[in-house]
Order: sequence, then C-alpha cells, then structure tokens
Amino acid sequence: MTMATFQIWRGDAKGGALKDYTTKVSDGMVVLDAVHQIQAEQANDLAVRWNCKAGKCGSCSAEVNGHPRLMCMTRLNQIDITKPVTIEPMRTFPSIKDLVTDVSWNFRAKKTITRFKPRTPDAPDGTWRMQQVDIERVQEFRKCIECFLCQDVCHVLRDHQLFDEFAGPRHMVYAAALEMNPIDTEDRVSDLKKAHGIGYCNITKCCTKVCPESITITDNAIIPLKERVVDQFYDPVRKLFRMFQP
Amino acid sequence: MADYQTHEHDVLVIGAGGAGLRAAIEASAGGVSVGLVCKSLLGKAHTVMAEGGLAAALANVDDRDNWKVHFADTMRGGQYLNNWRMAQLHAQEAPARAHELEGWGAMFDRTPDGRILQRNFGGHRYPRLAHVGYRTGLEMIRTLQDHGIHQGIDVHMECTVVRLLKDGDRVVGAFGYERERGRFKLFKAKAIVLATGGIGRAYKITSNSWEYTADGHALAYEAGADLQDMEFIQFHPTGMVWPPSVRGILVTEGVRGEGGILKNSEGRRFMFDDIPDNYKSQTADNAEEGWRYVTGDKAARRPPELLTRDHVARCIMREVKAGRGSPHGGVYLDIAWIKEKLPNAAEHIKKKLPSMYHQFKQLADLDITKEPMEIGPTTHYVMGGVRVDGDSQMSTVSGLFAAGEVAAGLHGANRLGGNSLSDLIVFGKRAGEFAATYAKANRQGTVDGRQVDDIAKWALEPFERGAAAEGPYQVQYALQDMMQELVGIVRTEAEMQKALDGLRELKARAVKVGVGGHREYNPGWHSSLDLFNLLAISEAVARSALERRESRGGHFREDYPNKDAKAGTFNLVVRKGRDGEMELVQAPISEMPQELKDIIEANK
Repeated sequence: MTMATFQIWRGDAKGGALKDYTTKVSDGMVVLDAVHQIQAEQANDLAVRWNCKAGKCGSCSAEVNGHPRLMCMTRLNQIDITKPVTIEPMRTFPSIKDLVTDVSWNFRAKKTITRFKPRTPDAPDGTWRMQQVDIERVQEFRKCIECFLCQDVCHVLRDHQLFDEFAGPRHMVYAAALEMNPIDTEDRVSDLKKAHGIGYCNITKCCTKVCPESITITDNAIIPLKERVVDQFYDPVRKLFRMFQP
Repeated sequence: MADYQTHEHDVLVIGAGGAGLRAAIEASAGGVSVGLVCKSLLGKAHTVMAEGGLAAALANVDDRDNWKVHFADTMRGGQYLNNWRMAQLHAQEAPARAHELEGWGAMFDRTPDGRILQRNFGGHRYPRLAHVGYRTGLEMIRTLQDHGIHQGIDVHMECTVVRLLKDGDRVVGAFGYERERGRFKLFKAKAIVLATGGIGRAYKITSNSWEYTADGHALAYEAGADLQDMEFIQFHPTGMVWPPSVRGILVTEGVRGEGGILKNSEGRRFMFDDIPDNYKSQTADNAEEGWRYVTGDKAARRPPELLTRDHVARCIMREVKAGRGSPHGGVYLDIAWIKEKLPNAAEHIKKKLPSMYHQFKQLADLDITKEPMEIGPTTHYVMGGVRVDGDSQMSTVSGLFAAGEVAAGLHGANRLGGNSLSDLIVFGKRAGEFAATYAKANRQGTVDGRQVDDIAKWALEPFERGAAAEGPYQVQYALQDMMQELVGIVRTEAEMQKALDGLRELKARAVKVGVGGHREYNPGWHSSLDLFNLLAISEAVARSALERRESRGGHFREDYPNKDAKAGTFNLVVRKGRDGEMELVQAPISEMPQELKDIIEANK
C-alpha cells in the first residue's frame, strides 16, 4: 500500500497554517479523493467545496503544489507524491475556512455587466435563425464552468487586488459571449473600458494557461474586446501617427 | 430561545438547479417577492451534469415529430405509471420553454438552416434532444442563472433547509442554516417550492454529487406530504467503473447515440439478444440497420443499445453475473469500432464527444478513439418523489409545491434521457406560477416559536456528542454499501427485509453521531444532519420496492420477474402515519381521457 502526505492549509480569515495528513493512496486517485479520505478519517470538519467530481461544476478549485487546479481533475500520478503535496485555497480571494474562500465578489461583478437583450424574433416561426459557424466562438466562451481559477491567477486581482476596477478574465469571457452573440442588441464596449477596466489586462495569458475548459481567454475573448474598445475610443489616425514616432 | 436570522418572502424556492431557478424566475414575474435557497454556490447544482440534451418535439430535424409522439414515447418509457396529465403538459409545453431559453441567451447547436439542432436518444422515436455538444445542462443552468440574477430574486447561497414549518395544514416557512458561519435562518413564506433534486447519495455507486441527500423528499415527508413511486430508481447503464475513484461518473448516452456499441468479454454485441416485445417493431435487428440509424437514415430503426435505460442496465448486469463482464466488473462500450465505417473516425469522435474523450483521457488514461471503455450501471435518478397535482405542482400539503426530480409523476416507472431537462423548465415554470398565485391569495401564516427552538436544539446535538462519538461519514458509508447491495438494480424480498432491519440499526447509530470543531463551514456537521433525510427516504425506497411484487421500469424483482397487469393500475404512496410510522398505500391511477388513449394507440 502506498502512503502519501498532504499538507493542507487549515485556518480562516484570522490566519492559518499547513497541516500534515498522511493517508493511503490507490490507483487512479485524484487530489479531491485524498482530501475526502482525510476528511472522513482524520478531520471531519475540514472545509472543502465540491459537487460533481467530474470537472463540470467548477467548485473544487484550489492551489495544488502552488498550481491553480480543479482538485477533481488532478490525478495523483500527475504530481510527485514522494514529497508532501501542498493543497491551499485560492489565494486571491478572502479565506472563509480551510480550502473554502469567499468568491462572492465574482457574483456581484457579474451582475454589473449589461444583460443579454435579443433583437425581436425575425424568423417566420417566431424564433431566430443562427448559423453554427456564427455561434461557435460564443460556444467556446459558454463552456466556462465558473471555477474562478482565471480570476485566482490574474495578477491584476491577485497581486494588486483591483477588484473595484477590473472585472477579471472570467467576466471578460462573459462579456465577450454577450458581445459576440449574433442576436444580442446591447453595447458593452464603453463599460468594458471604464467600469470593467479591460485596459488593466496586459495579456500575460496566465488565465488561458489555467483554464480547465481550455478556453482561449486572452486571444479569443479579451483581445477582440480590446480591439472594440480601441475602435470606439481611440482615433485610428492618431494611433497610426503615434506608431511612427520614436 | 434559539438564535436565528429571519427572512420573509412571498414565495420561497428551495433548490437552485434548473427547476428551482425556473420556478423562482416565474414566481418573480408573477409580481411576488421571491427567496431562492441553494445548498451550494449559485450555478453549481446538479443540472450542470446533464449532458445529452433537452427533449422537445420541435420537429426541426424530423418533421414527423410532434407533442403527441413525445407524449406516447414518455408514457411507453414510464410503463404507463406516469401521471398522464403531466406527460401531456410536458410534451405540449417543452418546445415553448426551449425557445424561451434561447430568448434568454442559450446557444443550442444549429441545423444547416439555422434552427435548433436535435439528436437521437434512447426511447425517443425521432431526433428530439436540443443540445449544446454534451454540456446541455451547463448551458441551461447558466442561461437561467444569468437571467435570474436580474429578476430581483433574493439568493441565499450555501444554505441548507432542515425542516419545513406548518401552521395547521398549511406550510408557512422553513428553518435551516447557512454554511459559512453556521448561523440559523428562519424563512417565512406564503408558499414554498421544493426543487431539491434526488437521492443518489443513498447509494455507493452514483453519478450524483454530495448535495443529493434526499432533502426535499424528506422535508415533504416530514411535513406530511405524500410521496409516490419511490421504488423506481434509474440506474444509468453507463457509468465509469475504473479506476475506483471515478466509479459511477456518468458516460453519456450520447456515446451510443453516435454509434457506440455494448460488448461482453467474448466480444458479443449482447443487446441484440434481448429486445422487449413492446419495442421490437422500432428496434433494429441487425448491426447494419443500427449503424444506418445513428448516421441519420430515417428509414432505419434504432439499435438496441438505445433501448430504455432500465432495460440496458439489466442486460449489462446479466452479462456481468454470467461471468462475461470486463476485468473490473462492467462491460465494454466501444465507439472506436466506427473506424471500420469512417475514414476519419478519431477526429469525428473527438468532435462529437469532446467531453467524453477528455474525461477518459484525464481520469482513466484511456483513448476512446482507440480502445473500448469499461462501463457499468450507476445510480442516476429517482423517478419517485413528492406527489403533486399535474397542473399546479402543488403537493398534498397546502402551499407546498414541488418541481423537477423531487416531484413524481412525469416519468412513471422509468425516465427517458432528455426528459429531465425539459421537466425542469416545464414544471419549474408551472410550480413558480402557481406558487405565486397561491401566495397572492394567502397571508403569511404564524410560525410556532417553540417548534423552531426544538429544531435548532436538535440540529446542534451532534456537537454535544462531540468528536469522541462515531462520525457521520462512517454511518453514511454503511448506508450506501447496504442500499447498493440490497436495494439496487436486482431486488428480492429477503434482501429488502434485511435492508429494513439494517435501516433500523443505522437510524440508531445516526442519533448518536457526533462531530468536533465549530459551526463554521463544518462538513461533518452538515453530513450528520443530511443523514436523517437519507435514512428516511431509503426506508421509503425499500418499503415501496418490497410492496411492488412485479418488475417494471426501474424496479426489477428477481422473485417477481414479470410485469403484472394489476400492479400497473396503481402508484404506491408513502406518507407519515398518525403514529409517526411510515404508511404505504396503493393509489389507483385515474382514468386517462379517450383522446390520450387514442394517441397512445396510434403510436404503438
């Protein structure tokens, strides 16, 4: 039987520390299995969020050996278990307890983005016609499971804590899905520039790297939105002029 | 006196999956104040797991489809124990509800002419499932969530209700706790909608998440409402079986819809060996016809892998028991074989089944474009639940409504894939609408403060017993092992008697469970309270299963392997008797109107 040691962060908003738990591990186990086993056998009150255990709900986000991951999709054979494995909560958000963080800011931020408003149905049967090719890029964004790992890794939020000024990658993806929806009638470009701070993103692509749904956040969502902001707010002639200045 | 926060709403919706969100949206549109309680964060409910699609007779892909065929398919799938009124309303209203989702931002896959694309699924005569790849549930819950957050609904996230409160015969509120700080909450409401989902965590092998602890079923039962059809549990035929830690995770029926076939260890495609008589006329009798069906030939009949879930699950169990199973106790589901038919099969599979490709690659180190998957049945869905009025979704307790999986009736003895997502929006809407109407016609009732104090005291007992007592997980695991073994897919009288004895012992253990730590976000505490729901409803399942001496739909009795015509005339109803003991009665199914009988006859 193989044993492995997990250093799990225990604590709350007032502070905490990594605590060692050694437990047996078996074939095919994921990090969340180890956490559950420890919870059932050694620490009944160990707080952890999870739901589907199949990478579909985005609840069990944490930092495993420092990497933002879904615990349910991180197999133990992908990490080195000969050394203690650290499991910490998402550090960008305030701690509630153990591996559970206060992600409520995300729900508030989403509400500030202008909601979907379709044009009047224009097909004879009272619905809309949309071509598959026109919706595929939106469908990529709608794969988002709201695990908030992209928010966790974004330096604007993580290091600079600019929660009031920048809505974060998740909500750029959300806004992009709305903006690129072929039947939507709203314009969110001005909000993206001002209220949602799209200019703070300097395209380091960390969010894209951690996305468990492999959404190309930076290239497909944020950059096209930045282009729309540029089109609407920055005079192209002057921009061209600036490009040729030393 | 207990310490708690009080919230007052006209309508309180408990549960925020598809049904709960849809109910809350509709109640809010009815002009009343609405509170929405979710056990997890908003948007994480089990609806996200639904893969294949939403059944609605839009007739976009096959214009022979209409509500009548959908109705007949649903009744046949449910072996005619369905509440026929619900089956009718569901088939009639699902198309409008699907279009409504599109108006709220849902992006279904499209037909070449730009309409909503529909796919084949088990038990549906025509391609009927509106879908978004294999993440239709996520699309639905996100659409309802993103629409719902702008409707003025008060959302109480990570909050669990432990008891409903009554004033005489009427429900007037609910009492529970929030997870973060562990504080109690009292909700006063004129009407309550239960939308809490199912009971899968009573079983060891399940596709369900930790939330599925029969809460709504138990809340309704304790409040004196009738439950029905609790013997009918759907074991989805294809769950993962290897490695052990992923056992039970769902493998979508869509794999079979795209041409996946089931084989035993001898390589035999065993589903052709046993096709039930009532499906013979619509089922292919050779592999070639089955392949033509999944590739869109309208003249072909569907392959036997797409028979109803109850039947496929039993066939798999038969192969395993006969020693023809795979190394880890399942059978093989093979989609890789289509490379014999298609030049670019691997790309085709990755495009059509991306989430399954990744699920097996990531969790089982297996490439489904090259190798067959090992699968076996997993506890997936409960057809039984709160007995409701077909039109209004009101239970037998005044002011208490139920919608979605927690309600019974629509699916009868077996649910067709795709009929759950449509169930959520059709009856979620109806429950919200009628709950709002009820709330407008009634005043807030009186909450009995003493009753609230008693519940609060009861809820804190696990802390008094402390960490030295037995923990909740051990009791829950024992329950899951026992239900899996004794009240699973194949049942006998002796085993279920044993289960009832076992349940008595587990109940005695449950009242002695203790937890350490404090009230803040303490899963051990939450589990020790959920246990009581699981135990009460497991008893309802075992008693109902014992009482139904026949085999039908999701209920298979080895000692009564055939269908019994007389048993097809009633539903089994479970309620709490006056003495506090569980009471079981046969409730005759009401006579179906002639026009519906004619529809069934015409679609035979």
